[in-house]
Amino acid sequence: MDERTEQTIEKQGTAPVIEPGYTFGSVTDKISSIVLTRPTSNGWYVGFGIAFLIVMVFLYAVGYLFLKGVGIWGITIPIAWGFAIVNFVWWIGIGHAGTLISAILLLLRQTWRNSINRFAEAMTLFAVACAGMFPLFHLGRPWLFYWLFPYPNTMQYWPQFRSPLVWDVFAVSTYFTVSLMFWFIGLIPDLATLRDRSDSRVAKIIYGMLAMGWRGSARHWHRYETAYLLLAGLATPLVLSVHTVVSFDFAIAIVPGWHTTIFPPYFVAGAIYSGFAMVLMLAIPIRKIYGLQDFITERHLENSAKVMLATGLIVAYGYGIEAFMGWYSGNRFDAFLLWNRLHGPYHFWYFSLLACNIFIPQLLWIRKMRTNPVWLFLISAVVLTGMWLERFIIVVVSLHRDFLTSSWGMYYPTRWDWAIFIGTIGFFIACMFIFLRILPMISIFEMRTLLPEAEVKAE
Amino acid sequence: MSQTPIYGLMAEFDTPTQLVEAANRTREAGYKKIDAYSPFPVEGLAEAIGFRHDLVPLVTLIGGILGGTGGYYMQYWMAAISYPTNIGGRPLNSWPAFIVITFEMTILFGAIFAVLGMLALNGLPMPYHPVFHVPRFALASKDRFFLIVFSTDAKYESASTRRFLEGLNPGAISEVPS
Repeated sequence: MDERTEQTIEKQGTAPVIEPGYTFGSVTDKISSIVLTRPTSNGWYVGFGIAFLIVMVFLYAVGYLFLKGVGIWGITIPIAWGFAIVNFVWWIGIGHAGTLISAILLLLRQTWRNSINRFAEAMTLFAVACAGMFPLFHLGRPWLFYWLFPYPNTMQYWPQFRSPLVWDVFAVSTYFTVSLMFWFIGLIPDLATLRDRSDSRVAKIIYGMLAMGWRGSARHWHRYETAYLLLAGLATPLVLSVHTVVSFDFAIAIVPGWHTTIFPPYFVAGAIYSGFAMVLMLAIPIRKIYGLQDFITERHLENSAKVMLATGLIVAYGYGIEAFMGWYSGNRFDAFLLWNRLHGPYHFWYFSLLACNIFIPQLLWIRKMRTNPVWLFLISAVVLTGMWLERFIIVVVSLHRDFLTSSWGMYYPTRWDWAIFIGTIGFFIACMFIFLRILPMISIFEMRTLLPEAEVKAE
Repeated sequence: MSQTPIYGLMAEFDTPTQLVEAANRTREAGYKKIDAYSPFPVEGLAEAIGFRHDLVPLVTLIGGILGGTGGYYMQYWMAAISYPTNIGGRPLNSWPAFIVITFEMTILFGAIFAVLGMLALNGLPMPYHPVFHVPRFALASKDRFFLIVFSTDAKYESASTRRFLEGLNPGAISEVPS
């Protein structure tokens, strides 16, 4: 394989994707033992317990929301979208890094993806699940969500396919389905490993059923690899389309600050930016707690940091163009939007956004920052905050002062807005805790292919 | 044990290189119904056991075409025939607005066909399979490599096939009961 030749001619001083000295057996043991034999630690119970409590708060808030309606939120006219859409866009953006790592980096033959793709894909699924909830809550009557889908009904009525909101339904549900299949297909050979290595009969039966009788036949592997590559090829345009469609929700409207053609690329770059920040925020504690520094090496941290830096600069370019067009278009409403961002009631948040997304991440130019887990963790937290603020600015600041001064207003989130937002973070973390405990967090079979012995030598 | 029908003879190897070499030699010796098992995809192994026709790309293409045409036609029929609505004076068949969903349905059906097609062509789910009778086969999902000659092969003959497999220097040879 040419990947391996690439690895050998690599520059001196770059950390390897996997530390030397591992065999097929020891890689398998190390990853599967985390699930099969390692006792559940107190730290896991404490962490999961806290996340679970937040999930309970979330359920309480959602129950109250269903009882009372969206009036318990801070949304008003003119700011009818509020936190629900801010959080929706934020979460779905985070999901994008998982697909980028699993699909795009696979097509680009980036072998370093093999040790982070599994949990990044899990992150995608949980993030998209969190994202999907918000538009449903925002419907007002969420129990009628199925009206969004075209199904034959007694009202003899069909969805309005010229609306970006309907496009969104198709894009997000396709994205979730394809991500789930991609993740599950990737898991099958590892589930077979767990089936064969587990001592508990119950675990054997459960993993065995999920593995569907996988036995590693050469015919199966061949079709498997073909299907996996095709899925990657399909997921690549899909992931770019999803955030593009999300940006259409804004760009197709005529509100100043939304009606711009830069939105699709700038949204996709922002999505990958925040997604990699989340990958780092998960990878850094996980590799430390589970002792996986040999598999998730400095190289992974540094590469992720580089992706963050690059996409962050694209985002900065997007801000620059927005400001430039505010002036250059000669449109007084666009010019006012720019003035309002800089001097209006939310100007503090706009400057915080610039600090979080543009200025602080420039620290990543320094190599020491890119390889220092603590600093990377902190910068990632800053980026995630910044990307949340970006969506807040886009949704709230654009809506609160539009064309007519008579329709201006202010937006103040209520405690229920915060409870549901923080609640989804708890849900996400609780899901990650369960995932780490019951499934291999690193793809075992793809790690085996990274070992030098995996290469078939010519006779 | 001699009463139970035999599914095949299985030889175990330590490295992927040995397995590919053994599979090549077995095929060259005239055995046609053979299979190989490895804990990860091994380059050249499918060719070595004589596997040629991978139908997964075709199935995926069919899925994508069905999804794309079906997705477009669904919108056309709903928006122009079943429930025509005049939106801003646009034509009823306003195709640019239908592209996004057409695209998403292409991807969705292509992906579903790729996954289900792969599983169906592989005959999965199949919880029971004779090779699982061999205790050491559990290592096929860890670090061992196996080659099997099925008893249905025309050239299969218990003693001579075993002799042939021994000539390949395997770690062990076991009879797989059916």
